[in-house]
Amino acid sequence: MRKIPFVLGVLATLAVASLQAKEVTLLNVSYDPTRELYRDVNQAFAAQWQTQHGDKLTVEMSNGGSGKQARSVIDGLPADVVTLALAYDIDVLADRKLLASDWQQRLPENASPYTSTIVFLVRKGNPKGIHDWADLIKPGLQVITPNPKTSGGARWNYLAAWGYALTQPGGDDNKARAFVSALYKNVPVLDTGARGSTNTFAQRGIGDVLLAWENEALLVQKQLGKDKFEIVTPSVSILAEPPVAVVDSNADKHGTRAVAEAYLKFLYTPEGQTIAAKNFYRPRSADIAAKFPGQFPTLKTFTVNEVFGDWRKAQTRFFNDGGEFDRLNQSR
Amino acid sequence: MKATPRVSRPVSWPRLLLHILLILIVVCFMGVFLLLPLATVFVEALRSGVHAFMQAIAQREALSSMRLTLFVAAIAVPLNLIFGVAAAWAMTRFEFRGKALLGTFIDLPFSVSPVISGLLYVLLFGAQGWFGPWLDQHGVRIIFAVPSLVLVTIFITLPFVARELIPLMQAQGSDEEEAARVLGASAWQMFFRVTLPNIRWALLYGVLLCKARAMGEFGAVSVVSGHIRGLTTTMPREVEMRYNEYDYVGAFAVASLLALLALLTLAVKTLLEWRYGDQIAQHTPAGH
Amino acid sequence: MQRRRVLPGFGLSLGYVVTYLGLIVLLPLAALAWKASGVGLHQLLQLLSSPRTLAALRLSFGGALVAAVFNAVIGLLVAWVMTRYRFPGRRLLDAFIDLPFALPTAVAGIALTAIYAPNGWLGQWLVPLGIQIAYTPLGVMMAMVFVGFPFVVRTLQPVLEAMDRDVEEAAASLGATRLQTFMRVILPMLMPALLTGFALALARAVGEYGSVIFIAGNIPMHSEIAPLLIVEKLEQVDYAGAAALGVVMLCFSFVLLIVIARLQRWSGRWAERSA
Repeated sequence: MRKIPFVLGVLATLAVASLQAKEVTLLNVSYDPTRELYRDVNQAFAAQWQTQHGDKLTVEMSNGGSGKQARSVIDGLPADVVTLALAYDIDVLADRKLLASDWQQRLPENASPYTSTIVFLVRKGNPKGIHDWADLIKPGLQVITPNPKTSGGARWNYLAAWGYALTQPGGDDNKARAFVSALYKNVPVLDTGARGSTNTFAQRGIGDVLLAWENEALLVQKQLGKDKFEIVTPSVSILAEPPVAVVDSNADKHGTRAVAEAYLKFLYTPEGQTIAAKNFYRPRSADIAAKFPGQFPTLKTFTVNEVFGDWRKAQTRFFNDGGEFDRLNQSR
Repeated sequence: MKATPRVSRPVSWPRLLLHILLILIVVCFMGVFLLLPLATVFVEALRSGVHAFMQAIAQREALSSMRLTLFVAAIAVPLNLIFGVAAAWAMTRFEFRGKALLGTFIDLPFSVSPVISGLLYVLLFGAQGWFGPWLDQHGVRIIFAVPSLVLVTIFITLPFVARELIPLMQAQGSDEEEAARVLGASAWQMFFRVTLPNIRWALLYGVLLCKARAMGEFGAVSVVSGHIRGLTTTMPREVEMRYNEYDYVGAFAVASLLALLALLTLAVKTLLEWRYGDQIAQHTPAGH
Repeated sequence: MQRRRVLPGFGLSLGYVVTYLGLIVLLPLAALAWKASGVGLHQLLQLLSSPRTLAALRLSFGGALVAAVFNAVIGLLVAWVMTRYRFPGRRLLDAFIDLPFALPTAVAGIALTAIYAPNGWLGQWLVPLGIQIAYTPLGVMMAMVFVGFPFVVRTLQPVLEAMDRDVEEAAASLGATRLQTFMRVILPMLMPALLTGFALALARAVGEYGSVIFIAGNIPMHSEIAPLLIVEKLEQVDYAGAAALGVVMLCFSFVLLIVIARLQRWSGRWAERSA
């Protein structure tokens, strides 16, 4: 009989403990090349969250092509946060009232805690002597880049090339069109995704140069060997800003808004920025970037908003049906 | 190896040459078209040695994707088995209006591009779909969860068993079954004692194909899976993810497991054939 | 007709089949058709008449047709050899026939590309000879042959196994040559199954995406398949456009299947008469 108070005591303690330490689950819907990045982020943030709030946090990941992931969220994938490749993919979510249309103003730096840029990956020794964008349209050269209609990364490549031609002395839309057209004439294979293109270039041995995100190029060097590939940084390129956002309707439904917001803000902390830099993304913080000397060479960059207005305009003008990219293909 | 009984006829030299030539063509074709891709998978999987291979498949994600793939196949295949037998029975034993149309509808899932077959279920159960909002209100998750994986798999593999049975049952005719009925067998007796033994090998083929395809499908399933790693990731998707992470050994290791699973069922089939080979020969129906 | 009534289960089996088909196949397709109807006629015509769509449809259907014909011939041969001849390794080889189903389509695509790419096992010998397979329409057909191959063999095998050898023996004893026996007796009996296999291989190849996409090259007007166009529509969140293209492809396939079903009934009757 004396055991009863003891058992009650244990139960009460357990009940209090379980009240305090909730199990929280967050679903982060992201694009393909961020898996390594968010594996580190999730670990660090979950540890921090547990020490601060006592809750055990599990961040589940869904990775896939950026546009496809956005569509899945529209169709009901219960994402608490989205971390995608380009702002347009989050704009389409806002169009369907899944989150507020001013999402890009809710976090600093256009809601992109880290950036990257488009560089060239060439074979060891740079046998074709590729140093800048102008070299890519040499006749007979083979350029590997994915299909802008199906790959978010490829759209950054396309806009980078267009922007380069535009910023050259005397550059205008006609010159840019001609440049991009000549560039795509040198493309023998249009893979559907950025990683597919990398595999075509690295594994299949096709092509002389791969247009890639800087973080991807650095990763390829790390994974597949520094002795095989070299990175060439062009004189000017686009500033790729992969955005992040809380999906309001889902986070409110799951009651995860607080943790979701803290999760994204964590990306801007020195710890989050360091993890980004370790995974080859350019951190926004200059202090953190300075700790990785030589990893991020300086170059002139332009943003989508500066050159093309914003992502919605760029998408409509270049990549939707009947846009610049389609017209380029009709003339081929 | 036991050969099925054959009427022995002296084989002449030119015919023997023809046999050898035909066999050679078949072996060469299958070598280049089937075995070479398979060999690629295993060579890549074992490139870094057996240890790396074992390590790659022992990961938590690999194991959970394997469980999920087998679970999905274990639901989809029996359902399509029952459907296939019923469809073949109706199609070959009765005449009715619209039979040809029904046959075409059974084949239809094969001609739906995997890209579209995933979309079909999104249009039905997605948040913007016909039943999505209602399901959401009642807290039922179909899309981006296991039920949609099962549905899509059923859709893709629906025709296999029926397609395997229909030509055979057509060729066999219904004489034996009618005789059984006339002799007083009940409907189920007739089915289990006459029909089933007659069709069991075709049934087995159909089930094996159905199962193989159910495990291997990628495009359609990927549309509805949501790709949540460890939860809704099937083996083919796990392969793709690893390949895209430049983990070639891991990707091909999981792929080789899928191939092994398929080969295992085929080995079972071969064993059964070998064990019961005499009975198969007996059950080839008399001419019609 | 009177004879048929002896057999039970018509209502049960047909009712079950129709319900199952209705829920799993027709209802989703209705949703697709409904979505596709969101595209106006004008827009649809514009979509279909664009040279790029036409080129993609031509590659998907033309390539699938070539692959299916190839598969019908080689599949018949393989099924014949597997059921009629005994040779060492036969069972092993037989087990490998289903491989194209078992390998995930993406893996098949990657493996085929690895073999036929310029630095691949076969590619390094073929490319110097001027035979480029990977990233060309030829590669697309190669992948289509691969995914469709088991259909023909596996539909023929049970029929060949069940087929009475007495007929062949009788024909032979009546003085028919080997070729005559094959053309006049065996082929007509196999025709329904062969056509089924052909139709299935064709239908499967037309829509195939996963394995083709890796080896196709995907260059518009040259090596771009129709399913990729659907994916591109989806990428723009243009569900109606994607559904419309899907319905168009489906209608093509549907007509093909109906034609083949007709042929089948016709050849079945022909076989009955000649038997």
